[in-house]
Amino acid sequence: MSLPDDYLDYPWRQYGNDHNRYDWSMLTDRPPVQWPNGKRLAVWVNVSVEFYPLNQRGIPFKVPNGMTMPYPDLRHYSLRDYGNRVGIYRFLKAFDRYNVTPTFALNGQIAERYPSLLSRLADTGAELLAHGWNMDHLHYGGQDKAEEAEQIKRTLDTLRKHSGQSIDGWLSPAKNQSENTPDLLTAEGVRYCCDWVNDDMPYPFRTEQGDLMMMPLPTELEDQFVIGNNLHSEDSWVQQVKDAFDFLLEESATQGGRMLGLNIHPWMMGQPHRIGCLEEVLEYVSGHDAVWQTGSGEILQAFQGQQGSGREASS
Amino acid sequence: MMESLNAYEYYAYENRPKIRWPNGARVAFWVAPNIEFYELNPPPNPSRKAWPQPNPAVPGYSIRDWGNRVGHKRQMDLLEKYGIRGSVSLSVALCDHHPEIIAACKDRDWEFFSHGIYNTRYTYNMSEDQERAMIRDSIETIHRHTGQKCAGYLAPALSHSENTLDLFAEVGTELFGDDAGFYTCDLFHDDQPTPVQVRSGKRFISMPYSLEMNDTIVYAVNKVEPRHYLNMLKRHFDRLYEEGAESGTVMCIPTHNYQISCPHRIKAFEEALEYITGHSDVWVATGREIAEHYLANGYDDARTAIARQNGGQR
Repeated sequence: MSLPDDYLDYPWRQYGNDHNRYDWSMLTDRPPVQWPNGKRLAVWVNVSVEFYPLNQRGIPFKVPNGMTMPYPDLRHYSLRDYGNRVGIYRFLKAFDRYNVTPTFALNGQIAERYPSLLSRLADTGAELLAHGWNMDHLHYGGQDKAEEAEQIKRTLDTLRKHSGQSIDGWLSPAKNQSENTPDLLTAEGVRYCCDWVNDDMPYPFRTEQGDLMMMPLPTELEDQFVIGNNLHSEDSWVQQVKDAFDFLLEESATQGGRMLGLNIHPWMMGQPHRIGCLEEVLEYVSGHDAVWQTGSGEILQAFQGQQGSGREASS
Repeated sequence: MMESLNAYEYYAYENRPKIRWPNGARVAFWVAPNIEFYELNPPPNPSRKAWPQPNPAVPGYSIRDWGNRVGHKRQMDLLEKYGIRGSVSLSVALCDHHPEIIAACKDRDWEFFSHGIYNTRYTYNMSEDQERAMIRDSIETIHRHTGQKCAGYLAPALSHSENTLDLFAEVGTELFGDDAGFYTCDLFHDDQPTPVQVRSGKRFISMPYSLEMNDTIVYAVNKVEPRHYLNMLKRHFDRLYEEGAESGTVMCIPTHNYQISCPHRIKAFEEALEYITGHSDVWVATGREIAEHYLANGYDDARTAIARQNGGQR
């Protein structure tokens, strides 16, 4: 085997990124952000409410946390569904106890399968985001564009119809995208997306229909990543979230407002032996005077209120 | 394919001639931040896929981009706080993409060494001429952007050929004589610098760069809890410090701005730096400084000892 000569050609070797989707800028080179009422750290808790189909196709790959056993994998199917039946209600109690306003990112199919759950979540007054159709409907490179467009439209239509909310935010299953996903999202009226984890603050992402705002929701701090993928203990997850919180709070004292995005899953932290750890985290991140605990839509609104699209800031 | 690597000879970790670091230090301590650029859609290499899924690989690409947008500055500030100058393992295309990062490191008198052009262009299946051209490009790029004559090499994404070390040494010599191309971080066989045989016969050494302490190996491969990484770093240091009383040792922490600087991990790293730099008899240095000192003061003794150990063969 040998490589063609153009293996040593680098067509994008130039200033900025190796694509045109967003501008290159370092966080510390942008103007500091001020959150409302002198708060320094915006804490956004997102709950991913997910349906993992039993007849998983795995196109183009098996979604993390999905079915792994030969069909029918009752084990993983029911463990994940546990989150929608039991875990989520433990979450709701915990949010009430610690006065936390989360957001809920829902697979569109949840609205059809469990309309009462959707109503219950919408009635909390929390903002709902779209989380794709279900966990086996990944968005991926090479996916047929019309198929993906229909998938996105069906998801948004279903969630909008059942919730009465505008559904401005989007989180792709497994944060996976095709090259068309951002364009298709803005075409359907989505204002912001949480898939790209390449920043700690919102930033503008170019699409055919204008800017889509990116609201980074760090994967590496998620319960399913730390506990499920890394096999760390629940106690270690608590420690890691507290360390992240402390660090960002300290940084915000000198560098302007910061944001902590925490994505959690009812099938993971909603288990009886883990819910106490979630409560410890909620108490820790919501109890500080400098914290503004709210949903992603409000954080983005405050950000855009002073930074505009953020594009001027990053030039 | 070769059964064994011919780059070095067996050299037992006992009865070695003493390595003496400046001012009687026991441990030469260096931090090697990998500052890397991963392409979103690189050309395919038949031996290794850059990303697990079809383009765009948003999860993998975006966390690495986070490292440059957010993580780098955090790590740089931390190293500065503890008086450490980084020795940058550089994807040299970053000089073009993100010159702000290069300028900030240069302002702090950091060292830059070659880690290839991009971390998504692998050495596998390159012809010798291609690999030579890639290495030459990397050394020239570092010189053009920083004025430095690249001393060290870590192959991009640890992708090697049988000729990698030879080529790096040769290209360094062609461009800058003995001022460039004299240490490699690609070998993990020792806790002290050791001579490496390259086909040109150049005085060339291996610099300990510890994959075991590498944050990406620790976090992404071995999936270690951040606070446990702190324990590992302390234990690693403690033992090398103890042994360093007998003969100087080297401790390296290889880092990645997208791992070490994450808000939930940076505290553990800071405590390790505080612990290590809080000891006396630690020489906080760069890779080049350690390599130059060893070449001038330890290399010849080691060559003699190795020859004696192996029955006079060389």
